[in-house]
Amino acid sequence: MDTGFIIEKFILVAVIFGISLVIAMYSTYAERKVAAYLQDRLGPDRAGPFGILQPLADGLKMFMKEEIIPTTSSKWLFIAGPGLALLCACIGTAVIPWGSPMLIGDKIVPLQVSDINVGVLYIFGVVSLGVYGVMIGGWASNNKYSLLSAIRAASQNISYEIAMGLSIIALLLMTNTLSLKEIVDQQHGWHWNVLYQPLGFLIFMVCSFAETNRAPFDLPECETELIGGYHTEYSSMKLGFYLFAEYINMFVSSAVMATLYFGGYNYPGMDYMATLLGPTWAPLFGTAILFAKIFFFIFFFMWVRWTIPRFRYDQLMNLGWKGLIPLAIANIIITGVVIAIIEKF
Amino acid sequence: MESLSNKKKVLEQKPLSFMERIYLPAIAKGMGITISHLFKKEATIRYPEVEREFSANFRGMHSLKRDENGKERCTACGLCALSCPAEAITMIAAERKPEEKDLYREEKYAATYEINMLRCIFCGLCEEACPKEAIYLDGPIVPADYLRKDFIYGKDKLVEAPLEMKK
Repeated sequence: MDTGFIIEKFILVAVIFGISLVIAMYSTYAERKVAAYLQDRLGPDRAGPFGILQPLADGLKMFMKEEIIPTTSSKWLFIAGPGLALLCACIGTAVIPWGSPMLIGDKIVPLQVSDINVGVLYIFGVVSLGVYGVMIGGWASNNKYSLLSAIRAASQNISYEIAMGLSIIALLLMTNTLSLKEIVDQQHGWHWNVLYQPLGFLIFMVCSFAETNRAPFDLPECETELIGGYHTEYSSMKLGFYLFAEYINMFVSSAVMATLYFGGYNYPGMDYMATLLGPTWAPLFGTAILFAKIFFFIFFFMWVRWTIPRFRYDQLMNLGWKGLIPLAIANIIITGVVIAIIEKF
Repeated sequence: MESLSNKKKVLEQKPLSFMERIYLPAIAKGMGITISHLFKKEATIRYPEVEREFSANFRGMHSLKRDENGKERCTACGLCALSCPAEAITMIAAERKPEEKDLYREEKYAATYEINMLRCIFCGLCEEACPKEAIYLDGPIVPADYLRKDFIYGKDKLVEAPLEMKK
């Protein structure tokens, strides 16, 4: 393997890692601002102009807080929990194609860390791994509430994983590939998958709300019943890691939704823009379009959170098992029949 | 049993209809409501920079008034302290010397005049009791502070600015 390749990938990884951390940081700020504006308030506006330095102030506060590790906890797992949550949240970004290959100097650089041919499966693996951070943290706290929350998180993830997988199968029937890069390239221009799979997208979106433990599916951290849920015993930056992991998860699932269903870096009129901007700048413009879509989904996550009250646990299970799974199966059958008819005639 | 008042309402619990069971129409409606609030004017007032307009009879910090010649009106009669239900006001009276004629209106004046702002309930009874129209609760909101002793306001904070300074 040549050094140029390693350097190229290293820079790409560093940039993506940096961007996802900054986005997670400012998602906390955006969350508070969106919440405020949706409730006719102003939100944080004291730290810097428009409160733009608020995330830095929050981070500093988190670092300065006293760190408490309960004496009855399993110490190693207690420390490993938040780290694992953050790690699992971050590695999902590796297979997402951030842009079409870009010409730098005389070299064509793909804006994707790794185009593995089972990209969709990888995403699934990483997303379901994400619950381990919550489970380990909740269990290691040695606290009834934390444990209950960990169990809730695990069973919720398992239930919604199935519906999510089934909704993806309908998509894969159309794309015939698991590589995210190829799925995006098939959606060239405005042939976005959401136009062919609206129901599948709806199911996928509901499931990704559940997978990221966001409202209305935030039962693992339901304050009224479980104090703080799995992070009841956590303080200082370990708590910060859990909160951070939630926002990175949100960013990654927004990116996945944009990639699978909303055409990734494709946009109407992209061929014209490609001739206009040239092979260096056109991919960057596509990346900007992708980020615009991602930001919209992040906003959507927040919008939903400040609109819909939390589900009751039996409602959650009902919706998952009796609502979404049959719908997803029906979606597969309809998709299969339509594809068979189109191929026949 | 027949209800006597005839106000009893039988609660009817219908099972959810299909549209209600799939949640989506209700969710879309709710999201429409929240997004409409995004474009509404926020109710927040940025307090230290912007202050809410008070009503005409708002009672804030006290001020000890001067008369039209700039002399202090208070004669230290003690009626305000007597009327105060929270016992927030104390004062020490003194006799005016001839050379202080321009400072105080009557022969007797308040050498020290203290209001404990932690005790004060801003009822305005001192204002009503005062026969000399010397005290009014027409100031701003009393600001926060760190130490209890700093809430005892003396004449330096209470007395109105002299006439020439006002201009």
